[in-house]
Amino acid sequence: MTKRSNWSIPYFIFLVLFVVLPLVLVVVYAFQDNEGGFTLQNIGKFFSDSDAISTFALSLEVAIENTLICILLGYPAAYILADKQLNRSAVTIVLFILPMWINALMRTLATTELFNMLGFTLGKGTLLFGMVYDYLPFMIYPIYNILQKMDKSYAEAAGDLGATPRQVFLKVTLPLSMPGIMSGIMMVFMPTVSTFAISEFLTNNKIKLFGTIIQENINSSMWNYGSALALIMLIIIGITSLFTSDDSNAAEGGLI
Amino acid sequence: MAKKIIEIKNVSKSFGDKDVLKDINLYINQGEFLTLLGPSGCGKTTLLRMIAGFLQPDSGSILLDGKDLSGTSPYERPLNTVFQRYALFPHLDVYDNIAFGLKLKKVPQDEIDKRVRRVLKLVAMSDYEDRDVETLSGGQQQRIAIARAIVNQPKVLLLDEPLAALDLKMRKDMQIELKEMHKQLGITFIYVTHDQEEALTLSDTVVVMNEGRIQQIGTPTDIYNEPVNSFVADFIGESNILNGTMIEDRRVSFIGHDFDCVDEGFGENVPVDVVIRPEDIYFTNDPARTQFTAKVKSCTFKGVHYEMFVDSDTGNELMIQDYDPYPVDSIVNLYIEPDDIQVMKKERIANVLAAKVLGEGKIEMLGGEFECPTDGFEEGDEVKATVAFDKVELLDNLEEGVLDGEVHFILYKGDHYHLTIKVGDEGFLYVDTDDIWDKGDLVAVNIAPADIKLSR
Repeated sequence: MTKRSNWSIPYFIFLVLFVVLPLVLVVVYAFQDNEGGFTLQNIGKFFSDSDAISTFALSLEVAIENTLICILLGYPAAYILADKQLNRSAVTIVLFILPMWINALMRTLATTELFNMLGFTLGKGTLLFGMVYDYLPFMIYPIYNILQKMDKSYAEAAGDLGATPRQVFLKVTLPLSMPGIMSGIMMVFMPTVSTFAISEFLTNNKIKLFGTIIQENINSSMWNYGSALALIMLIIIGITSLFTSDDSNAAEGGLI
Repeated sequence: MAKKIIEIKNVSKSFGDKDVLKDINLYINQGEFLTLLGPSGCGKTTLLRMIAGFLQPDSGSILLDGKDLSGTSPYERPLNTVFQRYALFPHLDVYDNIAFGLKLKKVPQDEIDKRVRRVLKLVAMSDYEDRDVETLSGGQQQRIAIARAIVNQPKVLLLDEPLAALDLKMRKDMQIELKEMHKQLGITFIYVTHDQEEALTLSDTVVVMNEGRIQQIGTPTDIYNEPVNSFVADFIGESNILNGTMIEDRRVSFIGHDFDCVDEGFGENVPVDVVIRPEDIYFTNDPARTQFTAKVKSCTFKGVHYEMFVDSDTGNELMIQDYDPYPVDSIVNLYIEPDDIQVMKKERIANVLAAKVLGEGKIEMLGGEFECPTDGFEEGDEVKATVAFDKVELLDNLEEGVLDGEVHFILYKGDHYHLTIKVGDEGFLYVDTDDIWDKGDLVAVNIAPADIKLSR
């Protein structure tokens, strides 16, 4: 037994070095002033900085919009993919997942060039397009996964008990696929709150998201304020994730 | 009283190029407990799913109360199904599962309450209303599944192997309860199972199916005592199935002896199959009653009775069940009552196959090329080829045969095996052999040229 538990040591070291330590550093920096003394100023600065707050609000808004669009586009796509009568080949599934094989940054750059070439003005529209394009597979996959594994006899039983196809979907299929939707939300919503590369390229830095501000602060050596912002974001994401993972089955349908 | 509630007329169904149901005709009376019985893959579940509306027949029609159901979706049919794996909705509790159908029909809330309570009482699950269905045991889930179906007061209740997932003890208890429920409710039950004992215990009428066809329809006693063919005899209960010859009316010969029987109308000297149930062979000490002697080979205690295998004086193996054991190696005197001899017309007495003459001394049949005398036939002639059962040679080495086949069905006939060999998708060869093969074995088939007889 002791021997086997030794196997976990490398992972433990990895976790400490690359997850725990950076988190501790973020917390430490967030509560330090330039001289290294303890302060709450960095946190306070955020709440008095209307620019930062409105950026944060905008980030949340964009993330919510992106998530909703992903659900609206992703659910039907997953439903079609999981239905063996509508989709007879595994190739279509691969086609949906294929974009994930290419680096997101490259895809974003390519999309930017495409918009430039077509003469679109870069702005919120192009930003949302880029986000949906990047994150849609992360919504489709967990939903597809759960729909595909779902026992067909549930839908049959509902039909047998008198439910029209519409009622079957609303009263059985949709509620049973909630865990997949929840996983999708976790995987789309959280990364979009903190994203900065997509907004930088696809709006030509016209729209700043919360991630952008953090990145700018860190880049201009304002480590303490940057850390405080990062901490605030972490806490808020943490709270939303508590919200969504209420459903204990959430992980079942997901990639994680 | 016997009002037909469901009629199935000339229904056929195939999946891809596999025919699952072939021209099924059946009617079900109001209030009847009817069982579709057969081995897996015989088409019984497909037939049930068609009645429920999950599948459409390729041809033929299904009528409910005289009205054609084709084009009617499952949700519009006044039938309810109990699924094999229950299919209880995991996101709803027991009460909401049962109330599901009533809520859809907009039944008033107090009426729903009343009816849910009533069925819960009927299935002896009264205190479980608020339980999460996933916390229930298999037997309890089964009861809820039944409750969910019968609460809608369907005209017909369809049950798809509802007890298959339960352990033996639970299954026996549920059988009794189902039978009781059927009596109380007066609803027509259509029950699908592969368990012959379950079918005989529960049903008013049993429909035995095999290979997409109905083999026999009858009461459990009819099916058991008078099986119409060797498949039914073999599938229902234990039996000795033997080759025999009908000498004349009421007189049949098998295992080298002549016996009195009660069957008539077969003609004289006609080959037949004879079925003797193992409990119908009696021991005697009276020389006057003795019909033949045999040597006991083995004797096993089976709880209620002893099961013995004996070799008759003419070398046929028979299975006998009796309350008294007889020592191994002892010579015993045996007789069979005329009533207990079930004579069946042979489905076939030789392989008769469609063939085509390819040229001098060569024919094609079952997709293989055989050599045989073709005197009197021209190239391209469509002919019938007749091959005796015992002239088909089966080989282990697939490369040595003209055809490949799979052992599909095995019948022990007392002194040899009668095999059904499936060749390709649709072709069958019937073979008598002394060798032991297992179901599913791949075999090579050879037939000597002299053993193939051609006719127009």
